[in-house]
Amino acid sequence: MKLKKILPQFLTLLFIVLIFGFFTMNAQENMDTRGIEFGFGFLKQEASFDIQFSLIDYDGSKSYARAYLVGLLNTLLVSAIGIVLCTILGVVIGVARLSPNYLINRTASFYIEFFRNIPLLLQIFFWYFAALRALPMPEDASLLLGTSYMTIKGLYTPAPIWNNFDVFLISLIISLVIIFFFNRYAKRKQEEAGIQYPKFLISLGIFIIIPALTFVFGGVDLQWSFPELKQLAKTSFTYEGGVGIPPELIALTLALTLYTATFIAENVRAGIQGIGKGQKEAAASIGLTPGQVLKLVIMPQALRIIIPPTTNQYLNLTKNSSLAAAIAYPDLVLVFAGTAMMQTGRAIEIVAITMATYLTISLSISVFMNWYNKSIAIKEK
Amino acid sequence: MSKINLLKPNRENINLFLALGVLFFSLGIIDFYLNNFYEKNITGFLPGFISFFTPLIFGMIGLHFIRIEFSGIKKLDELNKNINTSNFNAALSFCIILLLIFSIPPLLNWFIFDANIAGDTKEACTGGGACWVYIKVWFNRFMYGMYPNAEQWRVNATFIIVLVLMGLGYFFPLRFKKYLTLYYVIFLPIISFLLIYYLISGGEFGLEWVETGAWGGLSLTFIVSFFSLIFCFPIGMMLALGRRSDLPVVKYSSLTFIEFWRGVPLITVLFMSAVMFPMFLPDGTYVDKLIRVIAAIVLFEAAYTAEVIRGGLQALPRGQYDAAKSLGMGYWRLHLLVILPQALKLVIPGIANTFLALVKDTPLIFVVGLLELAGMLGLAKTNPKWLGFSMEGYVFAGIIFWIICYSMSKYSYNLELKYKTDR
Repeated sequence: MKLKKILPQFLTLLFIVLIFGFFTMNAQENMDTRGIEFGFGFLKQEASFDIQFSLIDYDGSKSYARAYLVGLLNTLLVSAIGIVLCTILGVVIGVARLSPNYLINRTASFYIEFFRNIPLLLQIFFWYFAALRALPMPEDASLLLGTSYMTIKGLYTPAPIWNNFDVFLISLIISLVIIFFFNRYAKRKQEEAGIQYPKFLISLGIFIIIPALTFVFGGVDLQWSFPELKQLAKTSFTYEGGVGIPPELIALTLALTLYTATFIAENVRAGIQGIGKGQKEAAASIGLTPGQVLKLVIMPQALRIIIPPTTNQYLNLTKNSSLAAAIAYPDLVLVFAGTAMMQTGRAIEIVAITMATYLTISLSISVFMNWYNKSIAIKEK
Repeated sequence: MSKINLLKPNRENINLFLALGVLFFSLGIIDFYLNNFYEKNITGFLPGFISFFTPLIFGMIGLHFIRIEFSGIKKLDELNKNINTSNFNAALSFCIILLLIFSIPPLLNWFIFDANIAGDTKEACTGGGACWVYIKVWFNRFMYGMYPNAEQWRVNATFIIVLVLMGLGYFFPLRFKKYLTLYYVIFLPIISFLLIYYLISGGEFGLEWVETGAWGGLSLTFIVSFFSLIFCFPIGMMLALGRRSDLPVVKYSSLTFIEFWRGVPLITVLFMSAVMFPMFLPDGTYVDKLIRVIAAIVLFEAAYTAEVIRGGLQALPRGQYDAAKSLGMGYWRLHLLVILPQALKLVIPGIANTFLALVKDTPLIFVVGLLELAGMLGLAKTNPKWLGFSMEGYVFAGIIFWIICYSMSKYSYNLELKYKTDR
């Protein structure tokens, strides 16, 4: 009986140790023959390559560690934008999918069936190589909404120029803290005395008024710098001032959003459909208004069904953003596992760092979501 | 004739309201149509902002007039119930109608009416629409990659034989039904591998050897996804059982394995198989690129399959385990005869989704330089003789992938209905 328990475990362990041992030994030997030494010292060396699009200060004289950071930030940027947009689109499409209106219903299900059955990479290629290439050159672009230019070289929008931005930021934090305490107070009042405050309106008011006050008293000032056409050479034009969003980022965000939104829409639909009809009827019969039914009865229950699979989709989106390498958006994979590896030749270290980074992002999102999930789970007595 | 209240269309004046509604509705459509396709703004005398919204306003007024409760006309009642229950609904419906009018004619023009299909040079494409000549000329490359033209019958033959062998399972006599799983899980993969090795790769029996680097196009997509599917299923099953095992070493090593592969993107796994894996082998050993790629995809997808199967295992009630144990079944008999058949039935949709994801992930193998359909498109698009047709290429590939994935998902849905047993 004892043997029956120990033997499989021992064999598993032996198998793992043998495989790892074999790999490490070979790696050691291979690196010895090529004269490479394992280590992360190369991170401090000068990177000496340029990156097209960077959120932080970067040029060729910075270190590989800095290049890694640029790549990581670009990955996080596209993931964050994608997550926000695909949530909005996914919820809208998911609700539309349940609409009694035939046209809306059909359009939503057409959208879902269409976009989820085409490989993401193909969609990225389509937007980048086919759709965005059809845009005009900078000199021919026309104004969009009076402020921006959509060209083959990207989207140029006005950039905000702040004075005393830190004061504004602090006021934002203060208003969030006040909202937090106000909501706690309102909840206690409701539980103790049954008094209901218009929580949402008051919170919104606080969120707008306090930061707005800093413009009057805090010396905060906001100006916009608009993009203007500038001639570089006879036939080469570009825009100066404003923010230039590269077409790679636009194509990637579009594809990721449209693709992931289909899955989130299905989650939302399943979540709302998963709530029994009896819940709705019971809530209506105790005199709640339709809005209250949705807010207090349906949504809290539906969210429990929606959140776990949606978290998975967020993770997928973050991981899928690595497809950026295919269209040369300088994300982690392209900058670090691509260019930096070509230059240093340190395959093992760089692939290991890249994988560890993605693992960390994945695990931390899932830990956070597990915590959130637990906090909204049904508390059974 | 009773009094006419324009705000409340009623049944008494149904003819008047219907006429008014249709008039306004068509006015909205015509306004929109002229605006978009002939650049004539018939309401241009109004201020810009209002004239922009006139089609919508007209349409909504029209839909408002025909919203008559219990009109007595069956078609009209149905229409109102489906797209016209309230003003908000009417606005949304009308917007969608406008969107369809806006998008369908140009799309049809591009796809069919202005498209060119005759001829076989770039110059044959004169119309403003799609240039299907490009697809026609490159069709062989898109299907077979760089595989020599004269040898392409070998690829076709292999696929036909494998398809026939797969279909054979349906015609097994009842006596042999119990060997069906064995046939699909063990014999079919081995036969397919031998076929691919001897027929597609060649080198023996007087067939010319074709290196894997020359394989490509849609056939490569099929080869990669077929083998990945076949191998990731048993490995995933083992991992799922391992994760639910009582033995701590087995349990935690399965857990670590699954979480690791699920946490990293496929593209880095492929990078690993391309640049890092050769460092882990003894100097001088060479593993073919295609095999490395398939191994990477198998390990990656096996982790996802494992999680899906684990869901099925968890959903089974404890009673099933207890009953089987009380009959004196050991671990393997219990799982193979009682638990897995029931659990797998539960997870058919999940497995199908994983397989779909796998098929959709195959284009990623461009990372290691293997060019399946999407990769071949990238190559064709940079050919100096055929510049500027990337749109046609991607639309073509999109349609093909869409057909494959959509039919797979419909098939899995039917399978789910077929195997659904009420508990």
